[in-house]
Amino acid sequence: MNLQRQILRRSFLQASGVALGHTALAHLMNQDAQASTRAFDASPLPDLPHFAARAKHVIFLCMAGGPSHLETFDFKPKLAEMDGQPMPESFTAGQPIAQLQGQQLKCLGPQFKFRRHGESGQEISDILPKLAEMADDLCIIRSMHTDQINHDPAHTVMNTGTSISGRPSMGAWINYGLGSETDNLPGFVVMTSKGGRNPQPIASRQWGSGFLPSRYQGVEFYSNGEPVHYVGNPAGVNRDQQRELIDSVNALNTLRNQQVRNPEIETRIAQYELAFRMQTSVPELLDFSDEPQHVLDLYGAQSPDGSFAANCLMARRMVERGVRFVHLYHRGWDHHGDLVPYMETCCRLCDGPSAALIQDLKQRDLLKDTLIIWGGEFGRTPMFQGKGQKPGRDHHIQGFSMWMAGGGVRGGTTYGTTDELGYAAEDNRVHVRDLHATMLHTLGIDHRKLAVKYQGLDFRLTGVEPARVLKEVLA
Amino acid sequence: MNLPTPSKLKAIMSRVTFLMLLLASSQTHVVAQESPKYNRDIRPLLSDRCFKCHGPDSHSRAADLRLDLQEEAVKDRGGYWAIVPGDADGSDLWERISTTDPDLVMPPPETGKSLSDEERTQLRNWIDQGATYEKHWAYAPLKTNLENTTLSETIDELVERELLAQGLHRNPEADETTLLRRLHLDLTGLPPTREQIESYLREESGDRYANRVNQLLESPQYGERMAMYWLDLVRYADTVGYHGDQDHAITPYRDWVIYAFNRDMPFDEFSRDQLAGDLLPEATVDQRIASGYNRLLQTSHEGGVQQKEYLAKYASDRVRNFSMVWLGSTLGCCECHDHKYDPFTQRDFYQLAAFFADIDDLQSFKGTNSLPTKREPELEVLSPLDRLRIEGLKNQLELLESSTEETEDLSHGPDRQVLLNQIEQLEKRRRRTMVSKAIKPRPIRVLDRGDWMDEGGPVVEPNVPGILPSLSTVSDSGPRRATRLDLAQWLFEENRPLTARVFVNRIWYLFFNSGLSSSLEDSGNQGEWPTHPELLDALASTFAQSQWSVKSLIREIVLSKTYRQSSLPTPEALESDPENLWLSHQTRYRLPAEMIRDLALMSSGLLVDELGGPSARPYQPAGYYAHLNFPTRAYYADKDQQQYRRGVYIHWQRQFLHPMLRAFDAPTREECTAQRPISNTPLAALTLLNDPSFVEAARVLAQRSLVANDSSVAPSIKWIFQQVMTRGIKPDELQILLTLYESQLQQYQQLDPTALEVLKVGMAPLEEQLVPAQVAAMLFVARAILNTNEAITRN
Repeated sequence: MNLQRQILRRSFLQASGVALGHTALAHLMNQDAQASTRAFDASPLPDLPHFAARAKHVIFLCMAGGPSHLETFDFKPKLAEMDGQPMPESFTAGQPIAQLQGQQLKCLGPQFKFRRHGESGQEISDILPKLAEMADDLCIIRSMHTDQINHDPAHTVMNTGTSISGRPSMGAWINYGLGSETDNLPGFVVMTSKGGRNPQPIASRQWGSGFLPSRYQGVEFYSNGEPVHYVGNPAGVNRDQQRELIDSVNALNTLRNQQVRNPEIETRIAQYELAFRMQTSVPELLDFSDEPQHVLDLYGAQSPDGSFAANCLMARRMVERGVRFVHLYHRGWDHHGDLVPYMETCCRLCDGPSAALIQDLKQRDLLKDTLIIWGGEFGRTPMFQGKGQKPGRDHHIQGFSMWMAGGGVRGGTTYGTTDELGYAAEDNRVHVRDLHATMLHTLGIDHRKLAVKYQGLDFRLTGVEPARVLKEVLA
Repeated sequence: MNLPTPSKLKAIMSRVTFLMLLLASSQTHVVAQESPKYNRDIRPLLSDRCFKCHGPDSHSRAADLRLDLQEEAVKDRGGYWAIVPGDADGSDLWERISTTDPDLVMPPPETGKSLSDEERTQLRNWIDQGATYEKHWAYAPLKTNLENTTLSETIDELVERELLAQGLHRNPEADETTLLRRLHLDLTGLPPTREQIESYLREESGDRYANRVNQLLESPQYGERMAMYWLDLVRYADTVGYHGDQDHAITPYRDWVIYAFNRDMPFDEFSRDQLAGDLLPEATVDQRIASGYNRLLQTSHEGGVQQKEYLAKYASDRVRNFSMVWLGSTLGCCECHDHKYDPFTQRDFYQLAAFFADIDDLQSFKGTNSLPTKREPELEVLSPLDRLRIEGLKNQLELLESSTEETEDLSHGPDRQVLLNQIEQLEKRRRRTMVSKAIKPRPIRVLDRGDWMDEGGPVVEPNVPGILPSLSTVSDSGPRRATRLDLAQWLFEENRPLTARVFVNRIWYLFFNSGLSSSLEDSGNQGEWPTHPELLDALASTFAQSQWSVKSLIREIVLSKTYRQSSLPTPEALESDPENLWLSHQTRYRLPAEMIRDLALMSSGLLVDELGGPSARPYQPAGYYAHLNFPTRAYYADKDQQQYRRGVYIHWQRQFLHPMLRAFDAPTREECTAQRPISNTPLAALTLLNDPSFVEAARVLAQRSLVANDSSVAPSIKWIFQQVMTRGIKPDELQILLTLYESQLQQYQQLDPTALEVLKVGMAPLEEQLVPAQVAAMLFVARAILNTNEAITRN
């Protein structure tokens, strides 16, 4: 390219706002024109990682519906004392409220016993016996708070940093930033399971790529029918036939490319190869026959049946194969009533497998590279809600608990507090965007720098409000 | 002796470097050697690196310094000046951007922003040359000097001028079949049929291209194609979006959009009816259907939604969409604070919201968990398309009856009955649709940081953003509250360049895959400076002068040589202008999702080309809606002709958009989409390979080709190829496909009969007289062709 053109081109690019360290959308949209040899684009952004990464993968265990912090990780003796008494108005006046709008508010004491566990002596309730055994690996955050009191927007905040639709989800951001480590699988996989209360709807927006190219969006794996849409051949078509078809398509594309020299065609050829590889790698991923019995027993899984146990094992298998971000949803945690029986069901389904995942990754020396995050889109009120036969709790956003384990976080830690009734986060308050900033930090990403220009603005997962890396919980 | 400071030294160095670069490029006209222009060179720099802290947002402003306003930037700040026009060395701005002291340097390192040497030099030169500010291009008055030429000639002139300046040339015209396929796809979303190609090639008139343009603009499919894009902008979908994502009633609005484009409804009227059709005196049914625009936002029926919170959400949603669709501006951030880059304030946001404060969201606030959910106010209507059909039938009937009276020919009796039956059937096709209904406007307050619980902010009246020309509403009794209708009319008053620029830029994108300003979603400070500002203005002013005729605008664009040129870049063009900013060739790009579907259905003959109607449900993987609840959802693919409707009619489930649409980048339509990304992924490959809709289309293509060619192999392959690609097959292509056919045939002759299951994919009937193994082998040929890059590319 001659010099004057270079100048022209560069000055135009600069005039049009393609600044260093910030990728403009137009640039992103053109990226596909470059032939890629990997399924979901491998290459990290040029300036990444911003510093040494502690984790390479994230497994997000989302307890959709909003699990009660007061029955799991945040013991409130004062609330037990006040069981049945009116909730002091000093806590609730002028605060947002969901289904309890216009009702008398009274306290509901913790429904399960808490004990101290492990060398760290972390307080965990009796309903989570297996996770309690892993207490020294858990970094419990008791001071979470969020912005949105209804499920759908609260999930959107947890996944994209804002309740406004159309923004990229965490898994998409991370794959966009770091690229993929697998040749045959997507870098961002989503699986869901049910059990407990009437299952929460989960919108595909939660794993969308927003304004990022769609190759960064989460790919859902299913337990019924085809594990990935259209991954199976049409009825009656065998693997050799499909191979021959793809060879012919690629031959036609190659011929055409000789005439028209279109990089898009080269990419297309590569993607057909990858599609074919996925047709093999996905069924392999789902075949548990290479797992020893004791591993299956550890999770309590027999086959990839869509149970939370099976999905946890799948998550480990994916991480082993280089999947960057695995998001598991369990959809049963919205306990407006019958809190005790529903908690018993949900914890029976999720406690053991979550603990098994930590243990199994640890045994394989993968835990240090994998950040596990557990929690819902919000917590639940210290106030009673009487929707079922037995007491329940309403949605609650001012204070709730989550935990992290593995990849660069300090196990055996409890971070932050809520007030004496477990209503509002008090010390070391952690907003969802602080959680995002911390997660990105463990992956070697400075959350302020991972930005994409769209609609003329620099968009980040952590948005425009200040976000804080929780340095105190990092190992 | 005064030694230069390191920063000065650096500045001198960079000036020297810059001069050297200038010398190197002094042979021809290039941008870099001109003095920097504020709009083109400086504003984007200042906006991206400085305005966040030294721009319009008063809350985040640092050092009380604004660089976006000339009078602020040059004022005396107690013995020093941010900018001294003509004297960079005397300007604090230069000092601060050129220092190496990390505590002083601007932009501060922690912002993650920095300036390159070249950028610094540009700023320096701009200050030295007087630091002249210009009005932002998008808001400046339209420059029109269109004289005695058609718009298409002007397009070519202005494009050519830039090309010459760059030492580039326009490509020759594309070959006739490529051009024809491009034109058909661009204007109708469908490839030309065999007959359409033949008639075009036969026509010897010099006007055959112009004739074809006119024919296609008058074809009903034009409206469907345009609707595809408009529905992305206004975020049209069949479901509510939040939580339970229940179906809502809105399809007559979609049909109205198609109808409006087809009758070339002027864009001002088209916009007005959507924003405020219900407010027009004696509003027609169509105007009320159109006012469904205000109901297209996402809504929630989740238990425990707080009314006040959601009314605030809905208000913001409407402002975001309105400002993106008609102003090409991002006002979303002003919900919480003044815009950091553009001269929009938080108050502007809430004043715009106040226009929509009269929309009745309360009647159906909670909605129901039924399918479809009822969201009054709704109307039960015949779509304009069905009303047209009925009108046509009634005219026929009248004609028949008048002729019957004269001739007393009783043989017409049955015909009359047929017509009456048809009318009766059509009358039954009434559908419900959400509409706007004005109630007493609820008070709109400025919400501190967008917090819906805040009640401390001032109540605001409807008004347009202060930076734009004002809106005054005065009646006999004094000033009155402005309405949505006032807003809609204000958009199109004279000297309202923004509306026109935003729309023509997007229309240009539909025909070149890139806008003249490539940021279709932002015309503000952070948006892209248009490559051809005069051309953008010429398009905008002609559009306004032509009574906002979209068809006229499109006609002129596609008649231009710029549009008709080949999309094959020369090596020289690829090297010097890889982004094709200067339009030395047309663009080749993968078709939008709907068109890929339509191509398969059309070429196989499965397409049902009826206009309008309820949404269609193509085959979809079982269990895809398993995550939907309240109520739980089962998906039943259509079992009749609905199965074969165009993509524009596919049931648009916001939370779980059909996987084929998703794989090919169709948006969920939760928010405005002005430009779809184009990805190239293995999931798209798997979809095209294995989605039953495409396998079925391949089978029907195979069957039709074998029937049409007496089962002779090579002619059948040629037939399919022509059908999909619009061009004849080449010998080496034929060879590849012949080999595939022979090999598959051989396998099918040996394979277990269950292999022939592939013939049962889809519900289109089998051709019993054909040999199943031959059909199956030919099906592979058709699959191969449908999967090529060329098939799904517009060249």
